[in-house]
Amino acid sequence: MIALLAFYLFAFVMLASAVCVIFARNPVHSVLWLILAFFNAAGLMLLVGAEFIAMLLVIVYVGAVAVLFLFVVMMLDIDFAALRSGFTKNLPFGIIIAVILLMEIVLAVSAWKAGPVLGGAATREVTQPNIVSLGQVLYSRFLYPFEIAGLILLVAMIGAIVLTHRSRGDVRGQKVSKQVDRRPEEAIKLENPTVGEGMKL
Amino acid sequence: MITLAHFLTVAAILFVLGVLGIFLNRRNVILILMAIELILLAVNINLVAFSAYLGDLVGQVMAMFVLTVAAAEAAIGLAILVIFFRRRGSIAVDDVNRMHG
Repeated sequence: MIALLAFYLFAFVMLASAVCVIFARNPVHSVLWLILAFFNAAGLMLLVGAEFIAMLLVIVYVGAVAVLFLFVVMMLDIDFAALRSGFTKNLPFGIIIAVILLMEIVLAVSAWKAGPVLGGAATREVTQPNIVSLGQVLYSRFLYPFEIAGLILLVAMIGAIVLTHRSRGDVRGQKVSKQVDRRPEEAIKLENPTVGEGMKL
Repeated sequence: MITLAHFLTVAAILFVLGVLGIFLNRRNVILILMAIELILLAVNINLVAFSAYLGDLVGQVMAMFVLTVAAAEAAIGLAILVIFFRRRGSIAVDDVNRMHG
């Protein structure tokens, strides 16, 4: 009963914040609503016992992706009011598409319901913690996909750096070779001559 | 009792909201990227729910891979957005066809 209440709470808050993500006027607010949606999705996943995915959602999505979005939204000086110009024009068309898509999904799900599998089944009993069993699967059967996932992240990181890196002309960097080549003879010497004695050149 | 149908319904609504977001904010790339994140979240909820109700962990492993790809996509997408903004001074999607790349 409590689980059901928690499910409805998480689901309702998640869907409401998803609506706010789409309809918020300010993209910074959109990102903040997105973070709320991710937190509630993590709660939903906790309810079915997928603790690791839930924690991953909080760490990766909220801690990295959403912060990245927030960073970009705040860093770029964008006129967001101009970008909303087609909003009301697109609204009827978008809602028609959304309703059609929802109808199709409802049809597909109700067709699936006609089958005998999983009708009102509960979640399976688990014998060991979620993270333990997930790690056992991940490092044995899914070892190669796991490595490839790491490679994808590496490629994404290098790609993002290469794309956004630029050499700016107005910045004077350090020239190491010039510093190493420097000799005492060609250096400018600082003298502090006493009064009336002059100095030797 | 929470059944699989509950989760499928929530995920379906979330997916449709993501698609609606893409259609509504057709000019703002940041919001399109966020709508894609919502769609991927809906897919993840489906995967995790099926995994839990079938008693098969493969669904959760796949959810992890989806998460990986989503993170990579967000990083690359935002990097492209930043260089596009440097070139054009705006992020309106309609301007993209003027790049003549």
